[in-house]
Amino acid sequence: MVDSIVDIKTTTKADKVSTNQIKIQVKHFNFYYDTVQALKNIQMDIRMNTVVGIIGPSGCGKSTFLRCFNRMNDTINGIRYEGVIEIDGRNIFDKTLDVVDLRREVGMVFQKSNPFPKSIFENVAYGLKINGIKDQNFIAERVEYSLRGAALWDEVKDRLNKSAFALSGGQQQRLCIARALAVEPEVLLLDEPASALDPIATAKVEELIHELKKKYTILIVTHNMQQAARVSDYTAFFMMGELKEYDVTNKIFTNPKEKITEDYVTGRFG
Amino acid sequence: MKNKNVTQFIGFMFLRLCIVLVIGALCIILYDIFSKGLPAISWEFLTESPKKGMTEGGIWPAIVGTFFVTVITALLSIPLGMGCAIYLNEYAKDGKLTRLIRMSIRNLSGVPSIVYGLFGVVLFVQMMHLDTCILSSGLTLGLMTLPWTITASEEALKSVPQSYRDGSLALGATKWQSIQTNVLPYAVPGMLTGTILGLARAAGETAPILFTGAAFFLPFLPKNWSDQFMALPYHLYIMSTQHHAIAEVRPLAYGTALVLIVLVFLMNLAAIIARYKLRKIRLE
Repeated sequence: MVDSIVDIKTTTKADKVSTNQIKIQVKHFNFYYDTVQALKNIQMDIRMNTVVGIIGPSGCGKSTFLRCFNRMNDTINGIRYEGVIEIDGRNIFDKTLDVVDLRREVGMVFQKSNPFPKSIFENVAYGLKINGIKDQNFIAERVEYSLRGAALWDEVKDRLNKSAFALSGGQQQRLCIARALAVEPEVLLLDEPASALDPIATAKVEELIHELKKKYTILIVTHNMQQAARVSDYTAFFMMGELKEYDVTNKIFTNPKEKITEDYVTGRFG
Repeated sequence: MKNKNVTQFIGFMFLRLCIVLVIGALCIILYDIFSKGLPAISWEFLTESPKKGMTEGGIWPAIVGTFFVTVITALLSIPLGMGCAIYLNEYAKDGKLTRLIRMSIRNLSGVPSIVYGLFGVVLFVQMMHLDTCILSSGLTLGLMTLPWTITASEEALKSVPQSYRDGSLALGATKWQSIQTNVLPYAVPGMLTGTILGLARAAGETAPILFTGAAFFLPFLPKNWSDQFMALPYHLYIMSTQHHAIAEVRPLAYGTALVLIVLVFLMNLAAIIARYKLRKIRLE
C-alpha cells in the first residue's frame, strides 16, 4: 500500500508542480545562535500548494529553518538573522510586519502534539477566539470545518466537550493540525508531526497532508526518509546548516546530484 | 553481596530514623499544646476580651486583629507578588540583571522577620507617618511575605509547559493573550497555594508587628485600619514571657497557642482544597 502511494506521486508530480507559482522565496538567508551559525546562505523557492520535505541529520538546522517561517525563533535570546524570506513577495522580517499576523498566516504543528488542557472544541476554537471572533455560530462552523479538514470530525463529533487529553496520540496530533487550520493559514509548518505516532496514525497524518496540499503550502521536517518520499513533492537536504540539495523528491531519492545526498538518503550515514 | 545488603539496611535504617525523629518532635509539640490548651478553650475564651489583667477572659480581640492584619497582608502581597512573578518568568529576558533580581528575592526570603519589623517602623510608621496601626503592620508583613509569594508564583508559572505558550503564539496570539488564556489559568492554583502558605506563616509572626502596630492590651476591637490591634502571636508572647503572673496565665497561653495553630492549619487546608478544586476544573 505504501509503495502504491509513492508510485502515484512520482507519475503525477512533475507536470502538476511546475505550473504552480512561487509562494515562498528564501534569499541568502543566514541564522545565528549567538556566535554559532546555524544556517548558511540558504536559497530556496517554494511553490504554492506543494509539500516540501526537509530532511537531514540531527542538528543540521532543519527545525531552526522551519521555525524561521513563522518567526518562532524570536522567542529565543541571542538569535540573529541575515537575508530575506518572502511570502507572497513580502519579507517576513520587515519591521512593519506584525509577527502576530504572520503567525496567523503561517500555521505550525509541533513535533510533540501539544493540545491545550481544554475541551476538543475549545482547542480548535482557541485561535479564533484570540483573534477576536465572537460569533458562536461562526466558531462552531469553523470548528467542524477544521476538524473535518484534519480528518478527525467523525471520531470526535460526539464528544467535542471532552478533554483533548482523552484522545490518542495520533488524534491529538490531528487535533493540533485542526487547531492550526481553524485560523485559515496559507502555509503550514509541520515539525516531525508523526515522529511520536504509531504506523497507522502516521499513515493517517500522511494521507491528511496529501489532502491539505490542495489548499495549503506545506513544509514538513522529517527524520523518516520513506515519509519524505511518500508525502513531499520537493525535498530539501540539509547538512551542517547548509542546503546541500533541493529538488523534486523523486530526483533526490533516485538520482541526486550530490554524492552526500545519495549517501544520506540510502542510509549510509545519519 | 552480603556486605551490600548490610550497607543498604543501615542506610534505610538511618533514613527511617530521620523521619521518626522529625515526626516524633512534631507529635510531642502538638500533644503538649493540645493537652494543655484544650481545657482553656471555651465559648467565652473565643469570644470575649481579656479581663483582670489578662488572667481571665478570652482572646477575641487578638483573633480579630490577626484576621484584619492578614487581610491587609494578602491585599498587598497577592497582586504585587503575582505581578512580579509573571514579569520575571514571562517577560524579563534572562540576563545578568534578571538573575541578580531573582537571587535578591530568594535572599530576601531568608531575612529575619525582626529586620522587616524595624524596616516597617522606619518606612511606614515614621517616614510615611502611618503611625503604629493595623495598616503599618499589614504592610510590613506584606513586604515580608512578598519573596515567598513571588518565588512560589514563579515556580507555579514554570510548571506550565512551554508548549502551551508556543502553541498559542503559533496561532497568532500576542504574548499577553497567551499568558492570559493559556498560562495563568493553569498556574493560578499553584500560585494561590504558595501565597496562602506564605500568609499562614505571616499570621503567626510576632517580630514584624511588634513595633508597627500590635498592642499589649486594648479594651476595644480595632474599628479601622488606623487603629492599633491585638494579635494572636503577640498575645501569646506576652502571656508566656511578659506577664506579671506567668504561672497563673499559662493555661490561657496554651489556649492561645492552640487557636493560633488551628488557624494556621485551617489556612493551609484552604490552600490544599483550593488547589484540588482548581486542578479538577482544569482537567475536566
